[in-house]
Amino acid sequence: MNIEVRVFATLRRYLPELGIGEAKVMHIDPGTTFDELRNRLGLPPQEAKIIMCNNVHVEPDEAIHEGDRIAFIPPIAGG
Amino acid sequence: MTRKLLRINMTELKATYQDLPEKWAKWGGRGLTSSIVYDEVDPTCHPLGPNNKLVIAPGWVSGTPAAPSSGRVSFGGKSPLTGTIKESNAGGLSSQKIAKLGIGAIVIEGTPKDGGWYKIIINKDGVKFEDASDLLGKGMVEVDKICWEKYPNKPAVIGIGPVGEMKLSNAGISNNDPENNPGRYAGRGGLGAVMGARGVKVIVVDDKGGPGVEIADMETFKKGRKKLTAAIMEHDLTKKNGGLNAYGTDVLMNIINEAGGLPTRNFSAGQFEGAANISGEMIAERVEERHAGKTGHACHPGCIIQCSNIYPDANGKVMVSPIEYETAFALGSNCGIDDLDFVGLMTQECNDLGLDTIEAGNTIAIAMDGGLLEFGDKEGALALFGEIRNATPLGRILGQGVEATAKAFGVYRVPTVKGQSMPAYEPRAIKGIGFTYATSTMGADHTSGYTIAPEIAGVGGKVDPLSDKGKADLSLTFQAATAFIDSSGYCLFIAFPILDIAEGWAGMAETVAGVMGMEITGDDVLEIGKEILKKERLFNEAAGFTNLDDRLPEFMRYEELPPHNVVWDTSDEELDKVYAWVH
Repeated sequence: MNIEVRVFATLRRYLPELGIGEAKVMHIDPGTTFDELRNRLGLPPQEAKIIMCNNVHVEPDEAIHEGDRIAFIPPIAGG
Repeated sequence: MTRKLLRINMTELKATYQDLPEKWAKWGGRGLTSSIVYDEVDPTCHPLGPNNKLVIAPGWVSGTPAAPSSGRVSFGGKSPLTGTIKESNAGGLSSQKIAKLGIGAIVIEGTPKDGGWYKIIINKDGVKFEDASDLLGKGMVEVDKICWEKYPNKPAVIGIGPVGEMKLSNAGISNNDPENNPGRYAGRGGLGAVMGARGVKVIVVDDKGGPGVEIADMETFKKGRKKLTAAIMEHDLTKKNGGLNAYGTDVLMNIINEAGGLPTRNFSAGQFEGAANISGEMIAERVEERHAGKTGHACHPGCIIQCSNIYPDANGKVMVSPIEYETAFALGSNCGIDDLDFVGLMTQECNDLGLDTIEAGNTIAIAMDGGLLEFGDKEGALALFGEIRNATPLGRILGQGVEATAKAFGVYRVPTVKGQSMPAYEPRAIKGIGFTYATSTMGADHTSGYTIAPEIAGVGGKVDPLSDKGKADLSLTFQAATAFIDSSGYCLFIAFPILDIAEGWAGMAETVAGVMGMEITGDDVLEIGKEILKKERLFNEAAGFTNLDDRLPEFMRYEELPPHNVVWDTSDEELDKVYAWVH
């Protein structure tokens, strides 16, 4: 199944081919979890701490679904 | 040595020093400005009339040796924008220099009999009043430059631009940064108009030869400083090359957009298709591409987080410092503008004219909603600052902020609470911040209770942004902690590491205890914060505010916000829990 992945801020160095906010379209097996995807992309769990799917926070052990829009986010705040 | 209260009477053009009276002796920063305003300003007075005062107070630890990120100063008074008490907090040079002169607070009162404008020059020898005619009409870029040319020792320059001279409700107070840029604003709430109403164009502070800040218990201070510094340097968010240091606050642009909470086109959507183009990542990319400017800039000496930036233009010249997330949202996504250079140009107009960028951007968005120009019209938006600079009738309306402009253009979608427009987090999609906007003593203000940390960033816990469960308590906890930190002289961003690292929290309290000789620990922080909130709340009640003012605007209750398609559905009873403890 196909999904979209985005990475932000300091995590961009792990996927340097992507422009700012650009999505990587990937094909993954059904049943893949966010944690497995994070490992496959080489994102350190302690840095890729926050995971959002379709604009809501999700837990690493949840399963990904067809067409999901996924974002990995490091610790951030400010404003 | 007791800290001094410097009282400046503009009617008599007279300055007097006295020991900080016992009733205020324990306070600093926001706790001190709010205590003085509570005790001395009639809550029913007109904010621009003779009975309002401008109070300036550095925080407790400001000016002490190497207390990390501790150059924050509080400005207080009754706000012309909200009609409430106001504390507006800023970085720059002023806090440490005022503190090093041994001054705990400056109270500016009265109005010049001659209707003139004055410069107030403060140094170790006292206070001088000088005619400010030569600076009138000038923007803060030029004012800062002139002051550094004329006065020695690279002084702090606290000033108002033309908008403050016009006494418009969106006038901020500029504090120069270490490069003498006018970007560190006590922006919110129109206190620049209060300074203008006192006939003061600029306050120049030179601390050379001053007595410095007395530290009652150096050992406790040093112990706390070590713990706090370690926490800041260890936490992923605030460490060197961490999110804030590398990208600045605008690192939030893409993240809040991803969470569906980025106010867009006058709060009509929670996502903006052009977010990436105005993000912190784009600022960093431009700095690199243009071989100019800087990320990781310190807004005041001794800051170890260094989240500010200097943004360059296409020719490699400095355009503006800084572009913050709040600025990029207000002048960017909320106006439908995705061109960072235009956001930068408009930010520099704000910094020069003396406008709060949040209110200014939201005001342009209202004008767009009202049909004055199209969303996304960046040239048209930039040209509106010319109207303000030229003091045209349209410019004067825009300079009054969101509510006045909404009335002028017949707009009902007005994202304000108590007259102040909302910052860069949509409360329909991030419920906790809605509790803070609604109930804050300051009007809609994110910094007064930044629930975003646990709602979005997983800092200080982790809670669901789309649920209102437990958010009354969460907002109160953050509001109380913030009132304490705003009193300390520390930047509010130290909250992120110390919420996660208990030693850092204890260390912060120990530094305050060490400087002030107070018997406090980390366990006392929230109670001290609540003391401040109570005074502010009681001032507002005496000014005529009730629970009915602690509400979000009506349109948010029935207009669904995409992409979550949610409304503000929290009950009034839930909101009223936040301040139920006051009586």
